[in-house]
Amino acid sequence: MVDIAFGPTPGPRPDMNDPKSAYMEMVRRKRMYGGILLLLFMALLYSGWVLADDRNAGGFWDGLPNILDFPAEVFSEAWRDRANLAPIFAQHVPSLIETLNIAAVSTLLGALFAIALSLLATRGLARWPRLIPVFRRTMDAMRAIPEIVIALVLIYILGGGPVPAVIAIGLHTGGALGKLFSEVAENADLKPIEGLQSVGATWIQRMWLGVMPQVAPNWLSYALLRFEINLRASAILGFVGEGGIGHDLKLAMQWGQGRYDSVVAIFALLFVAIVVVDQISDYFRHRLVKGH
Amino acid sequence: MTMFANASLPTTPLHAAVLQSFARKRRIAFAVPLMILAYLIYASISFDLAGLAARARIDNAAILLSDFWSHKTHVTRDNRTGQVVVAIEGENKGTYPKGMQPDWVSINGDVTTIDLGAGHIVTYDLAGARMVVPSYGTINIREVGGKPVLDAPLPIPDWISVAPNKVSVTTDAGRFSYSRSKVETFKYQAGWELWFFTLDSPFYGKSLADMAYLATIGPRLDETRLNAAYMLSEWWNNRMWQHGVVVWAIFETILMAFLGTMSAAIVSLPLGFLAARNFMPLGFLRGAVRRMFDFIRGVDGLIWTVILSRAFGPGPMTGAIAIALTDTGSFGKMFSEALENIDEKQVEGVQSTGANALQRARFGVIPQVMPVLLAQVLYYLESNTRSATVIGAIVGGGIGLLLTQAIVTQKDWEEVAYYMVLIVLMVMLMDSLSGWLRRKLIKGA
Repeated sequence: MVDIAFGPTPGPRPDMNDPKSAYMEMVRRKRMYGGILLLLFMALLYSGWVLADDRNAGGFWDGLPNILDFPAEVFSEAWRDRANLAPIFAQHVPSLIETLNIAAVSTLLGALFAIALSLLATRGLARWPRLIPVFRRTMDAMRAIPEIVIALVLIYILGGGPVPAVIAIGLHTGGALGKLFSEVAENADLKPIEGLQSVGATWIQRMWLGVMPQVAPNWLSYALLRFEINLRASAILGFVGEGGIGHDLKLAMQWGQGRYDSVVAIFALLFVAIVVVDQISDYFRHRLVKGH
Repeated sequence: MTMFANASLPTTPLHAAVLQSFARKRRIAFAVPLMILAYLIYASISFDLAGLAARARIDNAAILLSDFWSHKTHVTRDNRTGQVVVAIEGENKGTYPKGMQPDWVSINGDVTTIDLGAGHIVTYDLAGARMVVPSYGTINIREVGGKPVLDAPLPIPDWISVAPNKVSVTTDAGRFSYSRSKVETFKYQAGWELWFFTLDSPFYGKSLADMAYLATIGPRLDETRLNAAYMLSEWWNNRMWQHGVVVWAIFETILMAFLGTMSAAIVSLPLGFLAARNFMPLGFLRGAVRRMFDFIRGVDGLIWTVILSRAFGPGPMTGAIAIALTDTGSFGKMFSEALENIDEKQVEGVQSTGANALQRARFGVIPQVMPVLLAQVLYYLESNTRSATVIGAIVGGGIGLLLTQAIVTQKDWEEVAYYMVLIVLMVMLMDSLSGWLRRKLIKGA
């Protein structure tokens, strides 16, 4: 037993007559290693913050008291001009709808893409088992490229508008959901598929009638979660690139003082949209996964 | 079997219910794809897909693709002064110094000869300029009264464009254009030029063997330091590609992701205990902490980033704080859920030995939740490397800033390609690092 536990090579063996001290010795050594690792980690984290602080334009301690200045300034100005807020809300609702549409279309297209890719990349279900690694690497590559890279390049080629953002987010979604979908599909029961095969069903029929009903709740749940993520991503891409409420926010910020009522209105719209979408998707995901 | 389809049999309630549910499912199977299709049609109208074709600039795509794998060298003559300049990408930083030029350009007094390859030869002289295109003939341009006059075999093909003040020729070998003020020739060559050393570096154009000789036993080019150190510093400070700046930017991006994720995890752990039902009996405090998490997640990274950059100015720390703040909301929620799902028996076991609350948490709870928490933190670390690229573009730090700047100038596409490759490599590196850590730290993962 001892040889198995400590390996075949000769070396110091714990004293079997005194198991308590041997155990304490082991615990002590483990804790020491853990402590050293923790210390190293903390040192790394601390020096990282110091370095980041150094390379920042404003220091941490200088900025900390000012952290509320901007929100305070923005909100006080918006409060002064609160009579304007209602029309401003109405004015930005179309961009909010555009952002929601970007998120929804990219989630939808990405999910459709992910369904195809994941079924082709799942062992036991794949149409061409030899090509499984190809489809897996495709999904990895789609996940690896950040959305902003694709979006900015596509803005240059396609001009502005929401389409570059949809393609960028959709590609990323395809890769990310593809991986999750394939993990779900791996656990699907193969018996219905064999049954369908025995009556001569084609591959598409087997997937549509044999796999889909089994995995649909989990897939939908993942797709809803992805929709939440994509809503945020499309707002950020709008800020960096073009289209949607993110772009409106950037324009309002560039105007600066005098337009802070718009900033507040956009903040509020975005906040409400994100919270509402989160709540709705939470509710449906609970129902889908728990089944009630 | 026939019984099921036989409609004349008396239908039991069960039979009817089953048939009804079949019919409903069948309707759904048709309705859902139809709804998706309808929505996509609506979206394509609202996104103005039809107008996209008009806006799309396919020539931009061509520029982008050619810059991905090649570079161009400009040979420009100022028609007023007669000065000839050879510059890579037409940039100051890539200009050949006087007396130095690539071997395909020869300058002989007032006559400049450019060999574009495959028999295409461009000559600049006092009378004007001419280009020889094999299988077509000689395109001769003379300057008459300050205007270029074209003399070429008729009919003029469509790859020669003639305007009153400008003649330009586009061939596979290169481009040539003549206007009143200057005459220019672009030669395209594969590869990213000057990637190692710029033209003013003593190491430019040296072969690999020469470099190896210089780095090891060759005489010192600069008395004060080793050749290898000199080489490294010339590469690091390369003015065209700015490797030093780029490496720092990549490091800053990873730093933002690391600091943000880890700090968020450290802050969220105690807060997670406060938000878990089985550890925090005080309902109002638990509710307050949970609402705080919801608020942080609802406000979203974009708004936090905007607010924080006003307070702390541009830089990696602002990005790190933005990531930390946003993730505190997500981690807090996930950690508190993990804490609510623990097995109470272990905690009771530890309690039976007389452990206090802190010891119970350390020895009864943490070992149970650690694998779950670590897995989540590592997933976030990996996805935050991507987010840090975007956040860097907003707060002005890291590789995201370099990328957006290079794209906005719409000129240095080879640099854009370079940054894109580096970003993808960085993300893949962090992917495999976090996967490796997950396997190392979490048994059975």
